[in-house]
Amino acid sequence: MNWKRASLAGLVAVPVIVLFAYGLTRDPRDIPSPLPGHEAPPFALQVFAPGQPPLARAIGDTVRLAAMRGEVVVLNFWASWCLECQTEHATLSNVAQQYVGKPVHFVGVLYNDDPKSGTDWIAKMGGQAYPATIDPHARTAISYGLYGVPETFFLDRAGQVAYKVTGPVSAATLTRVIDSLIVAVPQVAR
Amino acid sequence: MTGLLAHDALLVSFVVIFFGLIAVPVAVRTGRRDWMMLAYSAVYTNFLLVTVAVGSMLYALVTHDFSVSYVAQVGSRATPLFYTVISLWGALEGSILFWAWVLGIYAAASVWVNRRREGNLIPYAVVVLLLISLFFAILLVGPADPFKAVFPVLPDGPGPNPLLQNHILMAVHPPLLYLGYVGYSVPFAFAIGGVLSRDIERDDWIRLARRWTLIAWAFHSAAIIAGMWWSYEVLGWGGYWAWDPVENASFMPWLVATAFLHSVIVQERRGMLRLWNLNLIVGTFVLTILGTFLTRSGIISSVHAFTTGTIGYYFLAFIAVVLFGSLMVVAGNSDRLRTTGRYDAVASRETVFLLNNLFLTAFMFTVLIGTLFPLAAEAARGVKVSVGVPFFNRMTLPMIVSLLFLMGVGPALPWKSSTRAEIKDKLLVPAIGAFVLLVVALAAGMRSVYGSLAFAFVGYAAMANLREYWIGMRARRAAHGEGWGTALVRLINGNRRRYGGYVAHLGIFLVALGIAGSQSFRTEREATLKPGETMILDGRTIKLKELWGRQEPQRAVIGATFDITINGKSRGTAEPRMNFYPTSQTPIPTPDVKSSILGDLYFNLQSIREDGSAATIKVIHEPLVPWIWFGGLVVVCGALIAMFPGGRVRETLTADLPR
Amino acid sequence: MNQRSWVAICFAMALLVAAPLGAQSVADSILEARTTAVAAELRCPVCQGLSIQDSPSELSQEMRGMVRDQLRAGKTPAEVKAFFVSKYGEWILLTPTAQGFNLLLYILPFVLLLAGAVVIIVVVRRWTHTAEPVSLPPTDSP
Repeated sequence: MNWKRASLAGLVAVPVIVLFAYGLTRDPRDIPSPLPGHEAPPFALQVFAPGQPPLARAIGDTVRLAAMRGEVVVLNFWASWCLECQTEHATLSNVAQQYVGKPVHFVGVLYNDDPKSGTDWIAKMGGQAYPATIDPHARTAISYGLYGVPETFFLDRAGQVAYKVTGPVSAATLTRVIDSLIVAVPQVAR
Repeated sequence: MTGLLAHDALLVSFVVIFFGLIAVPVAVRTGRRDWMMLAYSAVYTNFLLVTVAVGSMLYALVTHDFSVSYVAQVGSRATPLFYTVISLWGALEGSILFWAWVLGIYAAASVWVNRRREGNLIPYAVVVLLLISLFFAILLVGPADPFKAVFPVLPDGPGPNPLLQNHILMAVHPPLLYLGYVGYSVPFAFAIGGVLSRDIERDDWIRLARRWTLIAWAFHSAAIIAGMWWSYEVLGWGGYWAWDPVENASFMPWLVATAFLHSVIVQERRGMLRLWNLNLIVGTFVLTILGTFLTRSGIISSVHAFTTGTIGYYFLAFIAVVLFGSLMVVAGNSDRLRTTGRYDAVASRETVFLLNNLFLTAFMFTVLIGTLFPLAAEAARGVKVSVGVPFFNRMTLPMIVSLLFLMGVGPALPWKSSTRAEIKDKLLVPAIGAFVLLVVALAAGMRSVYGSLAFAFVGYAAMANLREYWIGMRARRAAHGEGWGTALVRLINGNRRRYGGYVAHLGIFLVALGIAGSQSFRTEREATLKPGETMILDGRTIKLKELWGRQEPQRAVIGATFDITINGKSRGTAEPRMNFYPTSQTPIPTPDVKSSILGDLYFNLQSIREDGSAATIKVIHEPLVPWIWFGGLVVVCGALIAMFPGGRVRETLTADLPR
Repeated sequence: MNQRSWVAICFAMALLVAAPLGAQSVADSILEARTTAVAAELRCPVCQGLSIQDSPSELSQEMRGMVRDQLRAGKTPAEVKAFFVSKYGEWILLTPTAQGFNLLLYILPFVLLLAGAVVIIVVVRRWTHTAEPVSLPPTDSP
């Protein structure tokens, strides 16, 4: 056995093992969105489920990003066939009610689903505080780089995407992010 | 109850493995045969104990014993018995148990067959096999324990992953893959055993390694084809290969094993490439472990990746041990593996074998680099990137067509050296084949460069191969006065290794034509139809007859019936379906494939309008796809022919016998 | 006027006559081919591994529609891809852009292939030039 040569050959394995060890600390499913820090893609979404007063909007109304300038927007993508959406549903409704009167808008966006199933689902879940909208051909979903549901985007008062949550969102995250965004004064005041 | 029995069996197997690991050095030191036999029986006993564990698991699955964690995870009373049985390998823990069992079979069989062999090669190989078994035993009582007790016991379970209970090929592909993958442990053990026991200077270890590699390779080839077939029949996109990390993981060791099966011939005949061959065997095994690591650790996202816990760290440790260990053993002993043969001419079959190995290993490295690059990019740049089909196609197609070309040149060139005229004749005549197939392809509308090259080179290589049969048969007829059929059988029988190899080549040609044809001539159309409406694809009129639905115990099924007519003549019906499983958010498609010798018509139901008034259907016309499956069968037949020993010896014997 | 020009004019006239019938479908099939080419380079976000061209998922179908619309509106394939990268990140491209660190991915396989070829040339040279075979052990050679 030539030990010198053997150990030299052994060294070849080191970078490979290190790369794998690094890989084990990463989650391949966690793909960072390039949107935060950039201007939020505009949208105009039609309401199909009105929500509850005081946050209610009439069915058929169009929710426009442009109309919510200067205020915080929480954009939640969901579907009736999505299991994880059930776990965050009550949280979202509760937090939305908590912030009534504050400069925050909650908008639900139905993804890859039909409004009838969406309405039934909301009724089954015991109602929803804020309005839900439809997104024909998933155009808004794609422009927000959606991977699946649920995903929640937080838009700041300057109209930029501030933060994105993949998977069910918690009350703690919601309040923490919304509070920080309400405090932050729009830098581009027009 | 069954869980406890299996647990005990696995714990006892620990003791047995450790006993075997102690018995070998004692036997080698003292030279005592009886200790050697004890060490061997440790291998057999380990196999029996894992068999008890597998039997218990099957019993637990079939009796729906939801107190066993694995059954609670994949079992369900509604699942048909057949899919319940095959769910044995449908999830992580079960697949590790199955792996351990296949390893047990291979270890016991390889030791049993060679138990009377002199020298220390087998004892050292036993150590290697027991160490690999030890790793899987650790997994089975640790992070991949399938026999954990569940409390409280639930009355029913979720059933297997819907994708895995949707097609019968799920009963075929995984066992074949394990029989292939795990089989490479045996030549690896012989190789390391050969080096450690210093038997490697004699070349007989390479014969053992070749035999067992060929067995594993036959299963592995069949598994890859079955896997392609499965994804074609189940996933609904009309393709069979997506360069998914899991596909790559199974393909890489196949490439290296294929390289070994070729270069081993050079070592046997010419005494060259000994160190290289050792590296190929070790590389094949390392790549199987690497592939398992990639798919079981969740390190790379992939369609088939299992969800995981800590098992990735165990595999990482194992890879580290295997990599360091074998690199050091091979490099440390490389002095004893120098070439003893001699090279006569550049234009010889030896050179073609070298080039074959060059392209096969470069191919493997390309796939490896492409598979691991996202990881490297994230480490270096902190950005997630993808490496997918377009990259792999672009990079590997030149290598694939080069290999096809070499398959024509190799059999034509003689060993050692040859005269210029001989070479000219051997190399030029097959050009007729190239010309014919190229014309056929162009006439059929081929427009892609690589597709045309693939057709031409397959024509070239097939002609060169068939010519070898022709020459051999003609010689036999002249010498023995045999009929054509007898001459062919005796020719193959006379040198099974060589002609088995040529048969495998013919299979590869069929696969290559199937892939080139279906990629280049593929046409597809997507349309939303109401019942009674029609669409047209490549002269075929496809009419939606009706939409229907039914409830089955474990799922709900929605289907569509289509009538196919060509020139007004009815060509049967197609019934693609969508299956809704309670555990799956999205429906699992069951495409319908209408096959003929010239190609497939592939129907996939993309979606059905909520009110049931219309369906969106994708129809793909894919010429030559069935050739891939048939070609795979021919490859395996070739491997089987080459596997059985004795051809050459018998030929010389029978030749001397009076007839 | 030479013969070639006549042919060209006849051809152009034929096209003009056929235009109302065929132009639409020709333009459609060109657009479809361009859509397919771009869609084959974009990764389906919900299936991971397949392109949006191959994937039967609904999101992929919608994304294909978006590719088609953008191409029809006059965007170049590169611009369409850049649009998706701005939404999904580089992950969406099935072939990483050939620049910077990514170049390694394209160069390394060829470097290895060339290195292997050089090794083969050197080794074959050495072997063919060795007049005497290095000590042949008796057990060797079949």
